[in-house]
Amino acid sequence: MSNLKKHNIIVKDLSIGYKDKTVADNINFCMNSGQLCAIVGVNGVGKSTLLRTLGKLQPKLSGEIAINRKALELHSSFELAKTLSFVLTEQPASKNLTVQELIALGRQPYTNWIGTLTTEDKQQVEESLSSFLLKDLRYNKCHELSDGQLQRVLIARAMAQDTPLILLDEPTTHLDLYHKVQILKLLQQLSHNKQKTIIFTTHEIELAIQLCDTILILDGNENPSGTPIELIEQKHFEHLFPLEMVQFDSKTGSFKVNK
Amino acid sequence: MHSLKSYRISFVLISLALCFAWLLNISSGSVVIPFDAMLSVVFGGKADIDSWNYIIWNYRIPKAFTAALVGGGLSISGLLMQTLFRNPLAGPFVLGISSGASLGAAMILLGASLISGMVSFTFINDISLAIAASLGSFLVLLVVMLVANRVKDTMALLIIGLMFGSITTALVSVLAYFSSAEDLQRFIFWSFGSVGNLSGQQVILLSGVVFLGLMLSVLSIKKLNAFLLGENYAQSLGVSLKKSRLIIIIATGILAGGITAFAGPIAFIGLAVPHLTRQIFDTMEHRVLIPAVFLYGAILMLLCDTIAQLPNSANVLPINAITSLVGAPVIIWLLVRKRKMLF
Repeated sequence: MSNLKKHNIIVKDLSIGYKDKTVADNINFCMNSGQLCAIVGVNGVGKSTLLRTLGKLQPKLSGEIAINRKALELHSSFELAKTLSFVLTEQPASKNLTVQELIALGRQPYTNWIGTLTTEDKQQVEESLSSFLLKDLRYNKCHELSDGQLQRVLIARAMAQDTPLILLDEPTTHLDLYHKVQILKLLQQLSHNKQKTIIFTTHEIELAIQLCDTILILDGNENPSGTPIELIEQKHFEHLFPLEMVQFDSKTGSFKVNK
Repeated sequence: MHSLKSYRISFVLISLALCFAWLLNISSGSVVIPFDAMLSVVFGGKADIDSWNYIIWNYRIPKAFTAALVGGGLSISGLLMQTLFRNPLAGPFVLGISSGASLGAAMILLGASLISGMVSFTFINDISLAIAASLGSFLVLLVVMLVANRVKDTMALLIIGLMFGSITTALVSVLAYFSSAEDLQRFIFWSFGSVGNLSGQQVILLSGVVFLGLMLSVLSIKKLNAFLLGENYAQSLGVSLKKSRLIIIIATGILAGGITAFAGPIAFIGLAVPHLTRQIFDTMEHRVLIPAVFLYGAILMLLCDTIAQLPNSANVLPINAITSLVGAPVIIWLLVRKRKMLF
């Protein structure tokens, strides 16, 4: 029971999807604070839907989601804004915002009716800017940034929102290997240094195995979760893709193409 | 977020420009009044010729005041729409609000002769016209709002607004086809737009309408800023989407509908001014943009009205033509020079 208290997100028998279509069900996992967690699975298995459901952007079909030992549906939208923040695949609607303006918008749940930034808010923005190596770019407009830089800005905004839980939808797509690793390393530091639970969906299984504390595999069946080593030992990665195409090498933690 | 202070100089300059545009507007008209005489009248003195006092206080100052309110209000409604619909080409015309007002006016001006047996012609005056135009714009607004609650996609809403615009325009042309030449002329004069024919009561009513719209806009500043990230992000920041969208749409409708009712459908101000303002105030922060856009819109409208008066004759050019002549090239220039219109 004492172990349960550390879990700041618990999911039981969750099924997700839309009114007329269940995308995935039988999802069970729990994640602790200070952990970096990846959700992996093939295209269309429901990774993004799960993430959106966890963040209450869309309703769940059945099951339970508890965040900080309180059912998700009992959180008011105001409370939720201080509990979890998002990095979505969609681009910000206005790319005419400067980096600093965009990150400062993350402070909205804490500011007054007109959005005045207090000293503390400004400090948080500064901290986010420096954690994500954006100090030199602060006055740049978002449309001037590269994909990797923009992704860092969006994550910095989520950090400025200062929530115990951060949900990211495919934060590494469209990036080269170096920037993928950079983003994931920064996320790892953020989760470990600030004791935040960071959950992201990804196709980078090999990087996730190396960097994440926990992985949830959405396979449309058992949906196993655990540390990367546990999952490798239980041979869960082997069946993720059709065997005749790619094979998982449990010694190196990487996939090999069958020639 | 260059801190709001860095925009202080720009605000001082733009306020001075507004004063200048206002005086320029008052000094021009069908009766030639020397600039120094005009200044002394405005600052409480008396002009040599009695009729000048009367013209300035009872005609030109209310007209300049109206022009400033109309320009500022329409510009704010354009800004609200551009942010809400995440579309740099949104403006009061796009949602069909102005078309709705035109339909209301057409019903009174053109439809009256069709049902002339029941309605006497004395019934048609400025006030009933204003009421009808307001009703028309709010009717369209109501339908758009009902649809807004069903459709989550704002682009779809935008297209629906355009379709409503087409429907109302079609209805107006049907009415125009069956109406007499005199009625048609009256309607066409209304659709030219004018800021000069308002009675004192109407000016007070218009001020109330614009004030209400501005208050709602100021209360929505924080939400408008959140909408810059997109609706999903706004929601994750604790913004209640339905409620904020409704308040912003109501503010837009009050401003655009109310103003169109009194001043006629005035084109391009709502669309162009937010873009022009961002050339000086290079920010997306609505705390800066809302006052800046209002001042800029007031200046542009005063200047357009001054141009409409310029020939120093009894003839006044249609203000709607002037705003289009000024506004449309501005949009083209922005598109060509900036390649893409960012908002």
